[in-house]
Amino acid sequence: MKRAEQSFQFKTASYLTRIGKETATTLAELKQGLETCSDTSIFNHTFQTLSHHHFLTQGFSNDFAQWVLAACNRPELAEHLASLDIRDYLSLAELRADLRRLVFEYCERNPQHAEQSAFEPFFFFEAIGVEVPLGIEAWTLEEFRNSLERLSHASFHFHFIASRLRLQLRTNDFSYWLENSLDLGALARRVNRIDIYTNTLEGALERIVSLVEGELNS
Amino acid sequence: MSETMPIPRLIRLDDYTPVLGEPEVAELRTLASRLQMRTVQMVNSTSVGGGVAEMLNRIIPILQELGLAIRWEVITGGNDFYEITKAFHNALHGGPYNLPPESFDTFLAYNEQNLRRLQMEAEFVVIHDPQPVALIRGRQEHSGHWIWRCHIDLSQPNLAVWGFLEPWVNRYDGAIFSSPEFARHLPIPQYLFYPCIDPLSEKNRELEPGVVREIIESFSIDPARTILTQISRFDRLKDPLGVVKAFQIVKRYFDCQLVLAGGGASDDPEGEAVLAEVREAVGNDPDVHILNLPPWSNTEINALQRGSTIVIQKSLREGFGLTVTEALWKSKPVVASAVGGIPLQVIHKHTGLLAHSVEGTAYQIRFLLSNPAIAAKFGQQGHSYVREHFLITSSAKRYLTLFLHLSGAS
Repeated sequence: MKRAEQSFQFKTASYLTRIGKETATTLAELKQGLETCSDTSIFNHTFQTLSHHHFLTQGFSNDFAQWVLAACNRPELAEHLASLDIRDYLSLAELRADLRRLVFEYCERNPQHAEQSAFEPFFFFEAIGVEVPLGIEAWTLEEFRNSLERLSHASFHFHFIASRLRLQLRTNDFSYWLENSLDLGALARRVNRIDIYTNTLEGALERIVSLVEGELNS
Repeated sequence: MSETMPIPRLIRLDDYTPVLGEPEVAELRTLASRLQMRTVQMVNSTSVGGGVAEMLNRIIPILQELGLAIRWEVITGGNDFYEITKAFHNALHGGPYNLPPESFDTFLAYNEQNLRRLQMEAEFVVIHDPQPVALIRGRQEHSGHWIWRCHIDLSQPNLAVWGFLEPWVNRYDGAIFSSPEFARHLPIPQYLFYPCIDPLSEKNRELEPGVVREIIESFSIDPARTILTQISRFDRLKDPLGVVKAFQIVKRYFDCQLVLAGGGASDDPEGEAVLAEVREAVGNDPDVHILNLPPWSNTEINALQRGSTIVIQKSLREGFGLTVTEALWKSKPVVASAVGGIPLQVIHKHTGLLAHSVEGTAYQIRFLLSNPAIAAKFGQQGHSYVREHFLITSSAKRYLTLFLHLSGAS
């Protein structure tokens, strides 16, 4: 069995929620908040919410879309916001730009809805992360498979979802290591194709374990 | 005299493994591994009674088992101190404040007296609620990290009291609130720590179906028929009359029973009046069960929640709403008002349904009764949501993360 030149070092990230300065009670205020809130706030309501709500596999993509639907009753805008896929973004600046554009365009087209009061306010939160190594490492595919089964939700989210921003690539830590350290490009691509919006974190992790086992048995 | 509380050891961290899974418990140990023997002091004003003491009784043993050198200090004072802090409490919830200006000096004198007795030398000091807030006066320069944990709703405080307390709060390194709606605009960082429940407590632990049935039958409730339940004290802000009206609408379409269970009617004149109003509104309907329970009825409440078809929380105003958390943990479909901390727990159409009126509440209940598969799905998702965010172990993780963040230990 091939031994990697560099081991995979498993980590976890734990997040504090810091209450931000911005609050929105209308779509116009949401637009304003999206302009001024911190990057950690954009991260919290898009990337991090996939960890907070990972067990919802239908109709919950990010906090902005959920609020626009549930508190503002604007399904058209909610659908547009929900369709933004964080896998398409290499930076929070790009993601923020698209969020702002969608809300701005909707408010331009529907000025009568822009100032309408929502049922509940939207509070901008910031995700303050703390990274800690788990003390688990893998040198081979078998060790990698065994380690996956010991991962918490937060650790899996850190490597599979949040890693995209860190790598600045359209991939995740697992796929990157499989391709670059074990020369398993096809497996890396299959892992990277797993849909993080329609799977729970547990479901996605099980799928990766199954793909790795398939590779081990081939 | 201030007291250092003995730390209770009832439940071990490993006892949570069947609830959370091994990786989540292991992660707590990993986070704590960087905080071994780091000193923590938690300070509050009572060791028994009330939600804060209950929470500290459960979280402190967990943090201690994880290797933190944690101490729990309880401040003390005379009757005059507690009269003042009770008046503060009511004023911070928006009530009037009629005590003389000297009361502020008395408050500070008691804090000073406690400060002289306590050794506030820990690396992380967490001061709970307003009573000990002025202990920060004893903070040495470049000493530990001081955090103020506010468990109460400060959204509409009486400004006379808040104006006195705010300068003290602003001397802390950060403040923790239970909901963004309860927070104030402060110049210090504000963190969100949700209140939590203990899945192993008497009120929340698993019960055998036979025990649930037996308890329900002991109240003359038919476990074979649909049961709608609201657990709350008899208080107008919990809108029991609104629940009865919603039930009366639902009953036109479905055979069902209503359970209104709670306490607060025996020692509270207003509670008694509310209970009388509810009884009058119910009339002779045999399908409505009004249970005025004593405070030690945790197993009964657990069984009533587990035996319910739908749990309602139709409050007009609410704190965080831990009765909602308890129901979600028991995988119950919930219909609740969008007030206070409830929307943080009930994600509309995902972990339950929110309503804004009597008619809306009735409609959402009818929808769930007509669609049991959807109701079951909400219940499952609600359980998962509580497991991730509102258990005592989540709270322990937040404290560990906060300490790591403050100390730059990551």
